[in-house]
Amino acid sequence: MRREPRGLRVLRVAGLGGLGLFTALPLCVMALTALKPLEDVRDGFTWWPSRVTGGAFVTMWSTVDLAEYFANSAVVAASSAVLSVLVAVPAAYAVSRYRFPGRDLFRAAVLSTQMLPGILFLLPLYLIYASIGQATGILLQGNLIGLVVTYLTFSLPFSIWMLVGYFDTVPADLDEAAMIDGAGVLGTLVRVVLPAAKPGIAAVLIYAFMTAWGEALFASVLTDAGSRTLAVGLREYSTESSVYWNEVMAASLTVSLPVVVGFLLLQRYLVRGLTAGALR
Amino acid sequence: MTTRSHRVPCGPSVPYLLLAPAVVFEVLVHLLPMLGGLWMSLHELNQFFVRDWTSAPNAGLDNYRVAVDFDGAVGAELLRSFGVTAAFSVLVVALSFGLGLTAATLLQRPFRGRLLVRGLFLVPYALPVYTAALVWKFMLDRGDGAVNAALGAVGLGGGEFWLLGQNAFLSLVVTAVWRLWPFAFLALMAGLQSIPAELYDAAEVDGAGAAQRFRLITLPLLRPVARVLVLVLFLWTFNDFTVPYVLFDESVPQAANLISVHVYQSSFLTWNFGLGAAMSTVLLLFLLVVVALSLALTSRSRRAT
Repeated sequence: MRREPRGLRVLRVAGLGGLGLFTALPLCVMALTALKPLEDVRDGFTWWPSRVTGGAFVTMWSTVDLAEYFANSAVVAASSAVLSVLVAVPAAYAVSRYRFPGRDLFRAAVLSTQMLPGILFLLPLYLIYASIGQATGILLQGNLIGLVVTYLTFSLPFSIWMLVGYFDTVPADLDEAAMIDGAGVLGTLVRVVLPAAKPGIAAVLIYAFMTAWGEALFASVLTDAGSRTLAVGLREYSTESSVYWNEVMAASLTVSLPVVVGFLLLQRYLVRGLTAGALR
Repeated sequence: MTTRSHRVPCGPSVPYLLLAPAVVFEVLVHLLPMLGGLWMSLHELNQFFVRDWTSAPNAGLDNYRVAVDFDGAVGAELLRSFGVTAAFSVLVVALSFGLGLTAATLLQRPFRGRLLVRGLFLVPYALPVYTAALVWKFMLDRGDGAVNAALGAVGLGGGEFWLLGQNAFLSLVVTAVWRLWPFAFLALMAGLQSIPAELYDAAEVDGAGAAQRFRLITLPLLRPVARVLVLVLFLWTFNDFTVPYVLFDESVPQAANLISVHVYQSSFLTWNFGLGAAMSTVLLLFLLVVVALSLALTSRSRRAT
């Protein structure tokens, strides 16, 4: 590639610098505030802590039940991510490899449910879960299972959509060879198609995990004191009189770290998944 | 799109068996609640019938009449909220797309530190939505928060409360864009990577400048990605709940009353589930029209190419 002309170079540095500042400033505020003592966040905003302290990272665990919310979120997000893959893989394989009546209907249904607002399902699910609870004693409301099933609403359509695109890029000749060698449909899927589509699976896993980890609407209605997730639990740092902003930011950093690291490590798979599937 | 004809031998029931789990879950979490919502919208479902909602009296189309009576208080509020949401969505999508395209283009040419910059840009999208919104709430919250401090430092400070009144809309847009533009960046980057480098080399040899290469190669080849991206961004933004919910808690200023939050409040704060369900159904019809239109446009252009 040829050398870049000077004018373009200046434009590039200025553009990236501006975007970098916009992106980084809130992140810096988050980190610096987490290192402040409580008296620093009670009144006027200062950029730098008056003294650097890790106190917020200690007290945040006792101000609210952070550990429990963290565990609840981890269980919910991991379960819905794994379930999403388990359910989406066979469906995507069928859509990618077979021509059958109803295929287009299924594709269209998956595409359009992906686009519906959560609020649409919230009221009915709330009442249905409540009725199931009254009738059978199985409490889906205030129970993590209800939340896991609900989060499938969001991740399943996207997962199927993305995996169909991914499976389409795996040559069907490979399947045929395996079938001729006597592997059944499931054997072929597990031993031939899945290994070739690993990046797609990784992308679906991160996407589903992130969706569940960051969801607030359903969590606010479908959980109770014993099943609260982080999205709802973090609100408890604000009391009538004040907000423990240093602890809020310390907790935000802590709960963000696992997903941010995971995302950055795996984002190239997501990029490839997007090119292969969703965005063709 | 591949038009590979199926040659793998199998019984006719195999694809349906593979689909079965997905269909069961789709029916369970999508179809049943949707039918349930439709039923609720036709009944007088308020606080008296929540515990035993199946016995709520039939209301016919009353809920719909109230919801779309734009002269009445409820309908007028719904219409206003719809307008706010539409303006919000258009702004957020346009800004996110613009920033994403700028960043993706500027990062196309390799340079030292490129991976680092790219990683930084992706962080806001990787953050859980509520933590992203919490940081902005903190920065915007008080008259002397970080945003006012930064504005004051460059001589623009007015000590405004950003989360109140008309300013609340701006706060909402900035927060949503900050968190969403990296997704546009990611998708457009994926799109750019799929454009063969030889095209650019050939154009350069032919004497095309950077602007010409962008206009004649990048933009046309990005169009399929861009079309899906804009639709996805629009629907996510239009349906956004978490950002306003975290920024404003229960007291959402009128200027920033997005439709998801509005329906949520109409249902759960006033316990008028029937009316809320009717509002949801109206919203559903609107979104289905949007999706159908954009799918029709996409498939027509696909056939053309």
